[in-house]
Amino acid sequence: MSGLLPAGKYFADGNFATAEGAIMAGCRFFAGYPITPSSEVLERMSRRLPEIGGHFIEMEDEIGSMAAILGASNAGLKSMTATSGPGFSLMQENLGLGIVTETPAVVLDEMRAGPSTGIPTRVGQGDIMQARWGSHGDYAPITYAPNSVQESFDLTIEAFNASETYREPVIIASDQVIGHLSELLVVKPYEEYTIIQRLIRKKKEDNKVFSFSDDFIPMFIPGTGFRGNVDSLTHDERGYPSNESSVEEVMLKHLIGKIKNNEDKIIKYEEYEIDDAEVVIVAYGITSRVAKHAVKLARKEGMKVGLFRPITLWPFPEKNIRSIGERIRLFIVPEINYGQYSHSVREYGCRETREIHFPPGEIPDYRVILKNIEEAFL
Amino acid sequence: MTTEITHPKHELLRDERFPHIWCPGCGLGIVLQSYLNAIEKSGTKLEDNVLVSGIGCTARLPGYTNLDTYHTTHGRAIAFATGMKIANPSLKVTVISGDGDLFNIGGNHFIHAARRNMDLMVICVNNFNYGMTGGQHGSTTPTSSITASTPYGNIEASFNLPYIAAALGASFVARWTVMHPRQFTKSIQKALEIKGFSFIEVLSPCPPNFGKLNGFTDGFAEMEFYRKYSVVDEKANLEDIWIDPHHGKEIVLGEFVNRRKPSYLMREEELINKLKEVKQ
Repeated sequence: MSGLLPAGKYFADGNFATAEGAIMAGCRFFAGYPITPSSEVLERMSRRLPEIGGHFIEMEDEIGSMAAILGASNAGLKSMTATSGPGFSLMQENLGLGIVTETPAVVLDEMRAGPSTGIPTRVGQGDIMQARWGSHGDYAPITYAPNSVQESFDLTIEAFNASETYREPVIIASDQVIGHLSELLVVKPYEEYTIIQRLIRKKKEDNKVFSFSDDFIPMFIPGTGFRGNVDSLTHDERGYPSNESSVEEVMLKHLIGKIKNNEDKIIKYEEYEIDDAEVVIVAYGITSRVAKHAVKLARKEGMKVGLFRPITLWPFPEKNIRSIGERIRLFIVPEINYGQYSHSVREYGCRETREIHFPPGEIPDYRVILKNIEEAFL
Repeated sequence: MTTEITHPKHELLRDERFPHIWCPGCGLGIVLQSYLNAIEKSGTKLEDNVLVSGIGCTARLPGYTNLDTYHTTHGRAIAFATGMKIANPSLKVTVISGDGDLFNIGGNHFIHAARRNMDLMVICVNNFNYGMTGGQHGSTTPTSSITASTPYGNIEASFNLPYIAAALGASFVARWTVMHPRQFTKSIQKALEIKGFSFIEVLSPCPPNFGKLNGFTDGFAEMEFYRKYSVVDEKANLEDIWIDPHHGKEIVLGEFVNRRKPSYLMREEELINKLKEVKQ
């Protein structure tokens, strides 16, 4: 494979790593709209993709960007866009189109302070529930939350693999700090990465565009004589629209079930000092790095505290949080928002859950987390 | 004894999806037939023809054809088609959608696709209102028209679609009505050969909504109106060809623009070749 980032060590930022990770994963189409703090991903793609036989287009808005990557993906190319809160809001309707048409794609949402325009240049974690529920109707998204430059690279590859495997748009909910901080990035030779290649469905007698019984059949691509219909309306396995609730039921059970039934394969997390912990912090993204520091300091003082870091925010690591909840006395959930992921931790953890609300705009202060840990051990 | 009758376009239709959802007197059947005739006559490989639509009555048309078809979200067909065409330039990607879909909610994508001279054909079936939702007014509703949401008459100015498309730089621009299926079909054939953005507006009756409220007692009456008031003038000043059915203004039809200019994909190819040379 020529044109890929050569194996080696790099001093790079998260946006560089995301773009190069995408290219390593086989992304050959990028459509996007400039937005702080993710614009460097778009800029890098505009330089890199034409060099390696890929395609780049700067669209007129994020609505068009999301639509274009779905069009390109349906035509057979691994596709991606990158945005931040305001753009992510605009993408929600077509994200739903990707869900219902089972179209693989990767969407980077690099979170900044909100609501609305907020503080474009500074960090936030306010899109966590939007990543879960942002588009109308029911679905089961996959969302990754990298907390380093290395993960920005590695998880982008995983996001592409998951989107190809489960046939749905996959979200990377990164944040402004991870996108812009520079640190060590280690890139392996291409052969050492697992890259899921797109399979193409050939014309079959049954005319099926989707399978609602097996979890997965490959996509057809246009121009191969398949003559399939892909529809945003509720549809059957041939892609034909229907007004029947019974058809909706079968389709939805499949769309949700294909993720739900594979949660064990999808969910990724990191546990730190969990085994004997009485108090567990649940944190993701940049906040998890700050929280880990606080845990280390508290451990030195003999406080039995641990860290659970969801690497996939969604699907929610229900089993892990439930079993941790059974053996501890308190969850602490620090977030750069006014309480989002904490709701799910409380719901599934069945344990007292303390929220720490960091205002968007700053990297969380470890001393605030440490103080909350200390209070728990008074 | 019964004889099985198949539609002459059986091969290109999804028979099992009929009857269609369109109302008696609707022009969409003619649009469907014209498009299918055009791709058959065009000499393009049938499997290369892909249809993309947004939401609305017209947007249901692709789903009745036995081609590769994509029924996307409201207003976003052109953006979806843009991605599809760039990803696979060998496809003949046509967007067929309604005036509300393409020019109200989707206007921004139209503007930019035409500006880029994106290698797409866009067929806009203009019935002057939102048919599927019950006949509300939109940006193509003529001034003074009565609709479900302009009960006192439309006070807004309406879009003059060929004028917009030409101003934006489209390679090919035409306007017909469903009373002109032969000319319409020929324009589609021509547009299939065009490199760049081609746009065809086709006026079509909406009998239970726009028609009923504006003096057209049925689909036939609106067809008769098109017959009576249409003139073909390919040299018309496009600025003057807005539509005003209430004051006896002629409806100007024709192929207004047919020009050779670099398309988006031609320019992209040029860029990629240049990068290859630099590498060598």
